[in-house]
Amino acid sequence: MIWQALLLQGGYNAALVSLGAALLGASAGAAGAFLTLRRRALMSDAMAHATLPGIGLAFLAMVALGGDGRFLPGLMLGAALTAAAGLWAVQRLSRQIHEDAATGAVLASFYGAGIVILTLIQGLGTGRPAGLETVLLGSTAGMLRADALVIGFGGLAVCAALWALRRPLAMVAFDPLHAGMMGIHPRRMDAALMALVLAVVLVGLNVTGLILIVALLVTPAVTARMWSTTVTGTACLAALIGAACGYTGAAISAGVPNLPTGPVIVLLAAALFAVTLLLRGRRHG
Amino acid sequence: MAKDMAGKWAQQSGAACALRVQGLTLRYQDVLALDNASACFPTGAMTAIIGPNGAGKSTFLKSVLGLEQGEGTVSAFGSPVAAAMARIAYVPQRAAVDWSFPVRVIDVVLMGCYRQTGLLGRITAQTSARAMAALERVGMQAFARRQIGALSGGQQQRVFLARALAQGADLFLLDEPFAGVDAATEAAIIDVLKSLRDTGATIIAVHHDLSTVATYFDRVLLLNRRTIAEGPVATTFTPAALAQAYGPALGGVPLLRSAP
Repeated sequence: MIWQALLLQGGYNAALVSLGAALLGASAGAAGAFLTLRRRALMSDAMAHATLPGIGLAFLAMVALGGDGRFLPGLMLGAALTAAAGLWAVQRLSRQIHEDAATGAVLASFYGAGIVILTLIQGLGTGRPAGLETVLLGSTAGMLRADALVIGFGGLAVCAALWALRRPLAMVAFDPLHAGMMGIHPRRMDAALMALVLAVVLVGLNVTGLILIVALLVTPAVTARMWSTTVTGTACLAALIGAACGYTGAAISAGVPNLPTGPVIVLLAAALFAVTLLLRGRRHG
Repeated sequence: MAKDMAGKWAQQSGAACALRVQGLTLRYQDVLALDNASACFPTGAMTAIIGPNGAGKSTFLKSVLGLEQGEGTVSAFGSPVAAAMARIAYVPQRAAVDWSFPVRVIDVVLMGCYRQTGLLGRITAQTSARAMAALERVGMQAFARRQIGALSGGQQQRVFLARALAQGADLFLLDEPFAGVDAATEAAIIDVLKSLRDTGATIIAVHHDLSTVATYFDRVLLLNRRTIAEGPVATTFTPAALAQAYGPALGGVPLLRSAP
Protein backbone atom coordinates (compact mmCIF):
# COMPACT_ATOMS: atom_id res chain seq x y z
CA MET A 1 0.00 0.00 0.00
CA ILE A 2 2.78 2.45 0.91
CA TRP A 3 4.79 1.42 -2.12
CA GLN A 4 1.76 1.82 -4.32
CA ALA A 5 1.24 5.33 -3.00
CA LEU A 6 4.92 6.20 -3.36
CA LEU A 7 4.87 5.11 -6.98
CA LEU A 8 1.67 7.05 -7.70
CA GLN A 9 -0.28 3.81 -8.15
CA GLY A 10 -2.66 4.40 -5.26
CA GLY A 11 -5.25 5.98 -7.48
CA TYR A 12 -5.63 9.40 -9.07
CA ASN A 13 -6.67 11.15 -5.87
CA ALA A 14 -3.83 9.78 -3.76
CA ALA A 15 -1.34 10.76 -6.46
CA LEU A 16 -2.77 14.26 -6.56
CA VAL A 17 -2.49 14.56 -2.78
CA SER A 18 1.13 13.40 -2.82
CA LEU A 19 2.03 15.86 -5.56
CA GLY A 20 0.21 18.64 -3.69
CA ALA A 21 2.16 17.81 -0.53
CA ALA A 22 5.39 17.82 -2.53
CA LEU A 23 4.67 21.31 -3.85
CA LEU A 24 3.75 22.48 -0.35
CA GLY A 25 7.04 21.04 0.92
CA ALA A 26 8.96 22.82 -1.82
CA SER A 27 7.37 26.17 -1.04
CA ALA A 28 7.85 25.70 2.70
CA GLY A 29 11.51 24.78 2.21
CA ALA A 30 12.22 27.76 -0.02
CA ALA A 31 10.30 30.26 2.11
CA GLY A 32 11.86 28.79 5.23
CA ALA A 33 15.35 29.33 3.82
CA PHE A 34 14.77 33.07 3.54
CA LEU A 35 12.85 33.13 6.84
CA THR A 36 15.65 31.50 8.84
CA LEU A 37 18.32 33.63 7.17
CA ARG A 38 16.29 36.66 8.24
CA ARG A 39 16.02 35.13 11.75
CA ARG A 40 12.25 35.20 11.83
CA ALA A 41 11.60 31.46 12.26
CA LEU A 42 9.58 31.78 15.46
CA MET A 43 7.42 34.48 13.91
CA SER A 44 6.04 31.85 11.54
CA ASP A 45 5.13 29.65 14.51
CA ALA A 46 3.13 32.48 16.10
CA MET A 47 1.50 33.13 12.75
CA ALA A 48 0.53 29.48 12.31
CA HIS A 49 -1.01 29.20 15.76
CA ALA A 50 -2.86 32.48 15.22
CA THR A 51 -4.75 30.90 12.30
CA LEU A 52 -6.83 28.73 14.66
CA PRO A 53 -9.38 31.30 15.89
CA GLY A 54 -9.84 32.42 12.28
CA ILE A 55 -10.60 28.87 11.19
CA GLY A 56 -13.21 28.50 13.92
CA LEU A 57 -14.81 31.85 13.19
CA ALA A 58 -14.84 31.18 9.44
CA PHE A 59 -16.53 27.84 10.09
CA LEU A 60 -19.21 29.53 12.19
CA ALA A 61 -19.71 32.27 9.61
CA MET A 62 -20.09 29.82 6.73
CA VAL A 63 -22.52 27.64 8.68
CA ALA A 64 -24.51 30.74 9.65
CA LEU A 65 -24.71 31.67 5.99
CA GLY A 66 -26.07 28.21 5.21
CA GLY A 67 -22.94 26.89 3.51
CA ASP A 68 -20.52 24.05 4.10
CA GLY A 69 -18.53 24.92 7.20
CA ARG A 70 -15.48 23.04 5.95
CA PHE A 71 -15.17 24.82 2.59
CA LEU A 72 -11.36 25.12 2.41
CA PRO A 73 -10.98 28.55 0.74
CA GLY A 74 -13.35 30.02 3.34
CA LEU A 75 -11.38 28.50 6.20
CA MET A 76 -8.16 29.80 4.65
CA LEU A 77 -9.56 33.32 4.44
CA GLY A 78 -10.52 33.27 8.12
CA ALA A 79 -7.13 31.80 9.01
CA ALA A 80 -5.35 34.50 7.02
CA LEU A 81 -7.23 37.28 8.81
CA THR A 82 -6.41 36.18 12.36
CA ALA A 83 -2.85 35.20 11.39
CA ALA A 84 -2.32 38.71 10.07
CA ALA A 85 -3.82 40.06 13.29
CA GLY A 86 -1.39 37.88 15.26
CA LEU A 87 1.56 39.15 13.24
CA TRP A 88 0.45 42.71 13.79
CA ALA A 89 0.11 42.03 17.53
CA VAL A 90 3.67 40.65 17.71
CA GLN A 91 5.03 43.70 15.99
CA ARG A 92 2.98 46.09 18.12
CA LEU A 93 4.00 44.36 21.37
CA SER A 94 7.67 44.30 20.33
CA ARG A 95 7.79 48.03 20.97
CA GLN A 96 7.18 47.43 24.68
CA ILE A 97 8.63 43.95 25.31
CA HIS A 98 11.26 41.79 23.60
CA GLU A 99 10.20 40.18 20.36
CA ASP A 100 10.63 36.59 21.59
CA ALA A 101 8.38 37.27 24.57
CA ALA A 102 5.85 39.00 22.32
CA THR A 103 5.91 36.02 19.96
CA GLY A 104 5.28 33.59 22.79
CA ALA A 105 2.47 35.65 24.28
CA VAL A 106 0.67 36.06 20.96
CA LEU A 107 1.15 32.42 19.99
CA ALA A 108 -0.38 31.13 23.23
CA SER A 109 -3.28 33.55 23.46
CA PHE A 110 -4.41 33.19 19.85
CA TYR A 111 -4.08 29.42 20.01
CA GLY A 112 -6.02 29.36 23.28
CA ALA A 113 -8.77 31.44 21.75
CA GLY A 114 -8.87 29.07 18.78
CA ILE A 115 -9.20 25.98 20.98
CA VAL A 116 -12.05 27.63 22.91
CA ILE A 117 -13.88 28.42 19.68
CA LEU A 118 -13.37 24.89 18.29
CA THR A 119 -14.65 23.39 21.55
CA LEU A 120 -17.73 25.60 21.40
CA ILE A 121 -18.33 24.55 17.80
CA GLN A 122 -18.22 20.88 18.74
CA GLY A 123 -20.76 21.57 21.48
CA LEU A 124 -23.13 23.22 19.03
CA GLY A 125 -23.54 20.07 16.98
CA THR A 126 -24.31 21.90 13.76
CA GLY A 127 -22.60 22.11 10.39
CA ARG A 128 -20.72 18.77 10.52
CA PRO A 129 -17.70 20.01 12.48
CA ALA A 130 -16.18 16.51 12.53
CA GLY A 131 -12.73 16.65 10.99
CA LEU A 132 -12.18 20.33 11.67
CA GLU A 133 -9.54 19.39 14.23
CA THR A 134 -7.40 17.92 11.43
CA VAL A 135 -6.09 21.47 10.86
CA LEU A 136 -4.05 20.93 14.03
CA LEU A 137 -1.94 18.00 12.85
CA GLY A 138 -2.94 17.64 9.22
CA SER A 139 -4.61 14.78 7.46
CA THR A 140 -4.69 14.07 3.79
CA ALA A 141 -7.24 11.31 4.27
CA GLY A 142 -10.47 12.34 2.64
CA MET A 143 -8.87 15.38 1.03
CA LEU A 144 -10.83 16.57 -1.96
CA ARG A 145 -9.32 16.88 -5.40
CA ALA A 146 -10.07 20.61 -5.35
CA ASP A 147 -8.18 20.94 -2.06
CA ALA A 148 -5.15 19.17 -3.51
CA LEU A 149 -5.21 21.53 -6.49
CA VAL A 150 -5.39 24.60 -4.21
CA ILE A 151 -2.42 23.26 -2.24
CA GLY A 152 -0.39 22.44 -5.36
CA PHE A 153 -0.95 25.72 -7.15
CA GLY A 154 -0.52 27.69 -3.94
CA GLY A 155 2.86 26.05 -3.41
CA LEU A 156 3.89 26.74 -6.99
CA ALA A 157 2.89 30.40 -6.73
CA VAL A 158 4.94 30.86 -3.54
CA CYS A 159 7.98 29.26 -5.20
CA ALA A 160 7.63 31.53 -8.25
CA ALA A 161 7.35 34.66 -6.09
CA LEU A 162 10.39 33.65 -4.02
CA TRP A 163 12.40 33.07 -7.19
CA ALA A 164 11.52 36.55 -8.45
CA LEU A 165 12.40 38.18 -5.10
CA ARG A 166 15.41 36.01 -4.24
CA ARG A 167 18.02 38.74 -4.73
CA PRO A 168 16.46 41.56 -2.66
CA LEU A 169 15.34 39.04 -0.01
CA ALA A 170 18.90 37.76 0.30
CA MET A 171 20.29 41.29 0.49
CA VAL A 172 17.86 42.34 3.24
CA ALA A 173 18.66 39.18 5.22
CA PHE A 174 22.42 39.67 4.88
CA ASP A 175 22.75 43.42 5.38
CA PRO A 176 19.49 45.38 5.68
CA LEU A 177 21.29 48.72 5.97
CA HIS A 178 23.12 48.20 2.69
CA ALA A 179 19.99 46.85 1.01
CA GLY A 180 18.19 50.04 2.01
CA MET A 181 20.97 52.12 0.47
CA MET A 182 20.67 50.17 -2.77
CA GLY A 183 17.06 51.25 -3.17
CA ILE A 184 15.40 48.20 -1.60
CA HIS A 185 12.78 48.82 1.10
CA PRO A 186 13.69 46.32 3.85
CA ARG A 187 10.32 46.69 5.56
CA ARG A 188 8.42 45.98 2.34
CA MET A 189 10.63 42.96 1.66
CA ASP A 190 9.97 41.69 5.19
CA ALA A 191 6.25 42.18 4.65
CA ALA A 192 6.43 40.32 1.34
CA LEU A 193 8.33 37.46 2.97
CA MET A 194 5.78 37.29 5.80
CA ALA A 195 2.94 37.24 3.27
CA LEU A 196 4.59 34.34 1.43
CA VAL A 197 5.16 32.46 4.69
CA LEU A 198 1.53 33.06 5.57
CA ALA A 199 0.56 31.57 2.21
CA VAL A 200 2.64 28.48 3.03
CA VAL A 201 0.98 28.21 6.45
CA LEU A 202 -2.50 28.42 4.89
CA VAL A 203 -1.70 25.95 2.15
CA GLY A 204 -0.20 23.62 4.74
CA LEU A 205 -3.24 23.59 7.05
CA ASN A 206 -4.61 20.39 5.54
CA VAL A 207 -1.27 18.67 5.09
CA THR A 208 1.02 19.22 8.07
CA GLY A 209 -1.47 21.10 10.19
CA LEU A 210 -0.81 24.40 11.88
CA ILE A 211 1.17 23.06 14.84
CA LEU A 212 3.91 21.48 12.77
CA ILE A 213 4.17 23.76 9.75
CA VAL A 214 7.01 25.61 11.47
CA ALA A 215 9.04 22.40 11.34
CA LEU A 216 8.53 22.12 7.59
CA LEU A 217 9.60 25.76 7.23
CA VAL A 218 12.69 25.49 9.41
CA THR A 219 14.08 21.95 9.22
CA PRO A 220 14.71 21.67 5.45
CA ALA A 221 16.16 25.20 5.51
CA VAL A 222 18.72 24.54 8.22
CA THR A 223 19.58 21.20 6.61
CA ALA A 224 20.15 22.81 3.22
CA ARG A 225 22.24 25.57 4.73
CA MET A 226 24.82 23.03 5.80
CA TRP A 227 25.30 21.91 2.22
CA SER A 228 25.29 25.19 0.30
CA THR A 229 27.41 28.34 0.26
CA THR A 230 24.85 30.55 -1.49
CA VAL A 231 21.37 31.79 -0.62
CA THR A 232 19.83 30.59 -3.88
CA GLY A 233 21.51 27.21 -3.45
CA THR A 234 20.22 26.95 0.11
CA ALA A 235 16.67 27.87 -0.95
CA CYS A 236 16.63 25.45 -3.91
CA LEU A 237 18.02 22.58 -1.86
CA ALA A 238 15.58 23.31 0.98
CA ALA A 239 12.76 23.24 -1.58
CA LEU A 240 13.98 19.88 -2.84
CA ILE A 241 14.21 18.44 0.68
CA GLY A 242 10.77 19.83 1.56
CA ALA A 243 9.28 18.37 -1.61
CA ALA A 244 10.77 14.94 -0.98
CA CYS A 245 9.54 14.92 2.63
CA GLY A 246 6.09 16.20 1.66
CA TYR A 247 5.68 13.64 -1.09
CA THR A 248 6.94 10.67 0.91
CA GLY A 249 5.10 11.70 4.06
CA ALA A 250 1.78 12.08 2.28
CA ALA A 251 2.22 8.73 0.56
CA ILE A 252 3.09 6.93 3.81
CA SER A 253 0.17 8.45 5.70
CA ALA A 254 -2.16 7.55 2.83
CA GLY A 255 -1.01 3.95 3.07
CA VAL A 256 -1.19 3.53 6.83
CA PRO A 257 -4.63 4.09 8.38
CA ASN A 258 -4.94 6.78 11.07
CA LEU A 259 -1.37 7.98 10.69
CA PRO A 260 -1.51 11.82 10.68
CA THR A 261 0.31 13.35 7.72
CA GLY A 262 2.03 16.27 9.44
CA PRO A 263 4.07 14.34 11.99
CA VAL A 264 5.25 11.85 9.34
CA ILE A 265 6.48 14.66 7.06
CA VAL A 266 8.18 16.42 9.95
CA LEU A 267 9.89 13.24 11.15
CA LEU A 268 11.26 12.62 7.67
CA ALA A 269 12.66 16.16 7.57
CA ALA A 270 14.14 15.71 11.05
CA ALA A 271 15.80 12.45 9.98
CA LEU A 272 17.47 14.20 7.02
CA PHE A 273 18.60 16.95 9.35
CA ALA A 274 20.08 14.42 11.78
CA VAL A 275 21.99 12.69 8.98
CA THR A 276 23.27 16.07 7.76
CA LEU A 277 24.41 16.99 11.25
CA LEU A 278 26.42 13.78 11.44
CA LEU A 279 27.99 14.35 8.04
CA ARG A 280 28.47 18.12 8.03
CA GLY A 281 28.07 19.24 11.62
CA ARG A 282 31.68 20.23 12.00
CA ARG A 283 31.74 22.35 8.91
CA HIS A 284 30.50 25.91 9.16
CA GLY A 285 29.17 27.57 6.01
CA MET B 1 26.70 79.56 20.63
CA ALA B 2 27.89 76.08 19.70
CA LYS B 3 25.56 76.16 16.76
CA ASP B 4 27.05 79.40 15.41
CA MET B 5 30.57 78.01 15.66
CA ALA B 6 29.58 74.79 13.97
CA GLY B 7 27.92 76.71 11.19
CA LYS B 8 31.03 78.78 10.71
CA TRP B 9 33.19 75.68 10.39
CA ALA B 10 30.83 74.26 7.85
CA GLN B 11 31.04 77.38 5.74
CA GLN B 12 34.78 77.96 6.01
CA SER B 13 35.84 75.38 3.50
CA GLY B 14 36.81 76.67 0.09
CA ALA B 15 36.05 73.47 -1.84
CA ALA B 16 32.46 72.41 -2.31
CA CYS B 17 31.19 70.00 0.33
CA ALA B 18 30.60 66.50 -1.00
CA LEU B 19 28.75 65.97 2.24
CA ARG B 20 27.37 68.70 4.41
CA VAL B 21 25.89 68.14 7.85
CA GLN B 22 24.13 70.90 9.73
CA GLY B 23 22.79 70.76 13.26
CA LEU B 24 22.55 66.97 13.49
CA THR B 25 20.91 65.97 16.77
CA LEU B 26 19.92 62.48 17.83
CA ARG B 27 18.45 61.26 21.08
CA TYR B 28 18.17 57.65 22.35
CA GLN B 29 15.43 57.98 24.93
CA ASP B 30 17.06 60.43 27.37
CA VAL B 31 20.63 60.14 26.10
CA LEU B 32 21.86 62.75 23.69
CA ALA B 33 23.94 60.74 21.18
CA LEU B 34 24.56 63.69 18.85
CA ASP B 35 24.20 67.28 19.89
CA ASN B 36 23.93 69.74 17.06
CA ALA B 37 26.89 68.27 15.14
CA SER B 38 27.86 70.04 11.94
CA ALA B 39 30.56 69.38 9.38
CA CYS B 40 31.58 69.86 5.79
CA PHE B 41 33.48 67.11 3.99
CA PRO B 42 35.12 68.66 0.93
CA THR B 43 35.06 66.81 -2.38
CA GLY B 44 38.21 64.82 -3.05
CA ALA B 45 39.47 64.83 0.54
CA MET B 46 40.06 61.99 2.97
CA THR B 47 38.63 62.79 6.36
CA ALA B 48 38.98 60.87 9.62
CA ILE B 49 36.22 61.10 12.19
CA ILE B 50 37.86 60.71 15.58
CA GLY B 51 36.68 61.02 19.13
CA PRO B 52 36.41 59.02 22.35
CA ASN B 53 34.24 55.93 22.77
CA GLY B 54 30.60 56.86 22.92
CA ALA B 55 31.24 60.11 21.08
CA GLY B 56 28.62 59.17 18.49
CA LYS B 57 30.95 58.54 15.55
CA SER B 58 29.13 55.50 14.16
CA THR B 59 25.83 57.12 14.99
CA PHE B 60 26.96 60.16 13.05
CA LEU B 61 27.59 58.05 9.92
CA LYS B 62 24.31 56.20 10.28
CA SER B 63 22.32 59.38 10.81
CA VAL B 64 23.97 60.92 7.76
CA LEU B 65 22.70 57.96 5.74
CA GLY B 66 19.24 58.20 7.23
CA LEU B 67 19.70 54.80 8.92
CA GLU B 68 19.02 56.51 12.25
CA GLN B 69 16.38 59.18 12.55
CA GLY B 70 18.01 62.40 13.69
CA GLU B 71 17.13 66.06 13.41
CA GLY B 72 19.18 68.36 11.25
CA THR B 73 20.03 68.88 7.61
CA VAL B 74 22.28 66.57 5.63
CA SER B 75 23.03 67.08 1.97
CA ALA B 76 25.29 65.20 -0.41
CA PHE B 77 26.49 66.87 -3.59
CA GLY B 78 24.04 69.69 -2.95
CA SER B 79 20.92 67.57 -2.77
CA PRO B 80 19.20 65.63 0.02
CA VAL B 81 21.07 62.42 0.88
CA ALA B 82 18.14 60.22 -0.15
CA ALA B 83 18.36 61.63 -3.68
CA ALA B 84 22.12 61.08 -3.88
CA MET B 85 22.16 57.57 -2.39
CA ALA B 86 23.39 55.96 -5.63
CA ARG B 87 26.65 57.92 -5.30
CA ILE B 88 27.24 56.92 -1.66
CA ALA B 89 28.82 53.69 -0.45
CA TYR B 90 28.87 52.56 3.17
CA VAL B 91 31.24 49.99 4.64
CA PRO B 92 29.88 48.76 7.99
CA GLN B 93 31.85 47.73 11.06
CA ARG B 94 32.99 44.14 10.82
CA ALA B 95 31.13 43.29 14.01
CA ALA B 96 27.83 44.23 12.36
CA VAL B 97 27.99 41.40 9.80
CA ASP B 98 26.77 37.79 10.13
CA TRP B 99 29.83 35.91 8.87
CA SER B 100 28.15 32.51 8.87
CA PHE B 101 25.70 33.69 6.20
CA PRO B 102 25.72 31.42 3.12
CA VAL B 103 27.15 33.92 0.69
CA ARG B 104 30.31 33.85 -1.40
CA VAL B 105 32.71 36.72 -1.88
CA ILE B 106 31.52 37.38 -5.43
CA ASP B 107 27.86 37.43 -4.26
CA VAL B 108 28.64 40.13 -1.69
CA VAL B 109 30.32 42.26 -4.34
CA LEU B 110 27.42 41.69 -6.75
CA MET B 111 25.10 43.12 -4.08
CA GLY B 112 26.87 46.41 -4.79
CA CYS B 113 25.66 46.15 -8.40
CA TYR B 114 21.98 45.82 -7.44
CA ARG B 115 21.09 49.20 -8.90
CA GLN B 116 22.35 47.99 -12.28
CA THR B 117 20.72 44.56 -12.21
CA GLY B 118 17.51 45.54 -10.46
CA LEU B 119 14.80 43.25 -9.19
CA LEU B 120 14.34 41.00 -12.20
CA GLY B 121 17.42 41.79 -14.28
CA ARG B 122 19.88 39.04 -15.05
CA ILE B 123 23.46 39.30 -13.89
CA THR B 124 25.14 39.97 -17.22
CA ALA B 125 28.74 39.30 -18.18
CA GLN B 126 29.29 43.05 -17.88
CA THR B 127 28.05 43.10 -14.29
CA SER B 128 30.18 40.10 -13.36
CA ALA B 129 33.21 41.74 -14.93
CA ARG B 130 32.53 44.86 -12.91
CA ALA B 131 32.36 42.85 -9.71
CA MET B 132 35.55 40.96 -10.55
CA ALA B 133 37.33 44.23 -11.35
CA ALA B 134 36.35 45.56 -7.94
CA LEU B 135 37.74 42.40 -6.32
CA GLU B 136 40.97 42.74 -8.28
CA ARG B 137 41.37 46.27 -7.07
CA VAL B 138 41.47 45.10 -3.46
CA GLY B 139 43.56 42.04 -4.36
CA MET B 140 40.84 39.50 -3.60
CA GLN B 141 40.05 38.08 -7.05
CA ALA B 142 41.46 34.67 -6.09
CA PHE B 143 38.87 34.38 -3.32
CA ALA B 144 35.75 35.06 -5.42
CA ARG B 145 34.14 31.67 -4.78
CA ARG B 146 34.99 31.40 -1.09
CA GLN B 147 32.32 31.63 1.54
CA ILE B 148 32.84 34.91 3.42
CA GLY B 149 33.11 33.20 6.81
CA ALA B 150 36.21 31.36 5.56
CA LEU B 151 38.19 34.61 5.18
CA SER B 152 40.38 36.43 7.67
CA GLY B 153 39.18 39.68 9.17
CA GLY B 154 41.29 41.77 6.85
CA GLN B 155 40.12 39.88 3.78
CA GLN B 156 36.51 40.34 4.85
CA GLN B 157 37.05 44.06 5.16
CA ARG B 158 38.51 44.14 1.65
CA VAL B 159 35.46 42.32 0.28
CA PHE B 160 33.20 44.99 1.72
CA LEU B 161 35.41 47.65 0.23
CA ALA B 162 35.06 45.85 -3.13
CA ARG B 163 31.28 45.92 -2.74
CA ALA B 164 31.50 49.68 -2.28
CA LEU B 165 33.77 49.96 -5.35
CA ALA B 166 31.43 47.88 -7.51
CA GLN B 167 28.66 50.26 -6.62
CA GLY B 168 30.48 53.01 -8.54
CA ALA B 169 30.06 55.51 -5.72
CA ASP B 170 32.17 58.63 -5.29
CA LEU B 171 31.43 59.25 -1.64
CA PHE B 172 32.65 56.51 0.69
CA LEU B 173 31.65 56.25 4.34
CA LEU B 174 33.61 53.67 6.31
CA ASP B 175 33.00 52.67 9.93
CA GLU B 176 36.34 51.72 11.48
CA PRO B 177 37.76 50.05 8.36
CA PHE B 178 40.98 49.08 10.17
CA ALA B 179 39.43 47.48 13.25
CA GLY B 180 40.64 43.91 13.62
CA VAL B 181 42.68 43.78 10.41
CA ASP B 182 46.33 42.91 9.98
CA ALA B 183 48.97 45.43 8.96
CA ALA B 184 49.14 44.19 5.35
CA THR B 185 45.41 44.64 4.91
CA GLU B 186 45.51 48.04 6.53
CA ALA B 187 48.14 49.09 4.01
CA ALA B 188 46.15 47.58 1.13
CA ILE B 189 42.96 49.34 2.19
CA ILE B 190 44.66 52.69 2.63
CA ASP B 191 46.26 52.33 -0.82
CA VAL B 192 42.87 51.72 -2.42
CA LEU B 193 41.31 54.62 -0.51
CA LYS B 194 44.09 56.98 -1.52
CA SER B 195 43.83 55.96 -5.17
CA LEU B 196 40.08 56.57 -4.98
CA ARG B 197 40.71 59.99 -3.51
CA ASP B 198 43.20 60.74 -6.28
CA THR B 199 40.46 60.09 -8.84
CA GLY B 200 38.25 62.64 -7.10
CA ALA B 201 36.31 60.49 -4.66
CA THR B 202 35.52 61.69 -1.16
CA ILE B 203 36.45 59.40 1.73
CA ILE B 204 35.11 59.64 5.27
CA ALA B 205 36.21 57.06 7.82
CA VAL B 206 35.59 56.61 11.52
CA HIS B 207 39.08 56.02 12.82
CA HIS B 208 40.48 54.94 16.17
CA ASP B 209 44.24 54.92 15.85
CA LEU B 210 45.41 58.46 16.52
CA SER B 211 48.99 57.57 15.57
CA THR B 212 48.07 57.04 11.90
CA VAL B 213 45.73 59.99 11.43
CA ALA B 214 48.42 62.26 10.01
CA THR B 215 49.83 59.69 7.55
CA TYR B 216 46.48 58.40 6.29
CA PHE B 217 44.17 61.39 6.21
CA ASP B 218 43.96 64.92 4.83
CA ARG B 219 41.42 66.21 7.28
CA VAL B 220 39.93 65.37 10.66
CA LEU B 221 36.58 65.86 12.29
CA LEU B 222 36.91 65.75 16.07
CA LEU B 223 33.60 64.63 17.42
CA ASN B 224 32.32 64.25 20.93
CA ARG B 225 28.56 64.29 20.45
CA ARG B 226 29.06 67.78 19.03
CA THR B 227 31.71 69.03 16.65
CA ILE B 228 34.86 69.86 18.61
CA ALA B 229 36.95 70.86 15.60
CA GLU B 230 37.24 70.16 11.91
CA GLY B 231 39.78 71.05 9.26
CA PRO B 232 43.09 69.99 7.71
CA VAL B 233 45.17 67.61 9.82
CA ALA B 234 48.06 70.10 10.01
CA THR B 235 46.04 72.82 11.68
CA THR B 236 43.24 70.93 13.42
CA PHE B 237 44.84 67.75 14.78
CA THR B 238 46.42 69.58 17.71
CA PRO B 239 47.00 68.59 21.32
CA ALA B 240 44.64 71.32 22.43
CA ALA B 241 41.80 70.09 20.23
CA LEU B 242 42.45 66.48 21.25
CA ALA B 243 42.39 67.43 24.90
CA GLN B 244 39.07 69.11 24.31
CA ALA B 245 37.66 66.00 22.61
CA TYR B 246 39.18 63.25 24.76
CA GLY B 247 39.88 65.04 28.00
CA PRO B 248 43.29 66.29 29.19
CA ALA B 249 44.89 62.83 29.58
CA LEU B 250 45.44 62.52 25.83
CA GLY B 251 46.92 65.94 25.32
CA GLY B 252 50.44 64.53 25.32
CA VAL B 253 49.93 61.74 22.78
CA PRO B 254 52.70 61.64 20.18
CA LEU B 255 50.82 62.71 17.09
CA LEU B 256 53.24 61.98 14.31
CA ARG B 257 54.33 58.46 15.15
CA SER B 258 54.80 56.57 11.91
CA ALA B 259 52.20 54.11 10.69
CA PRO B 260 52.65 50.49 11.81
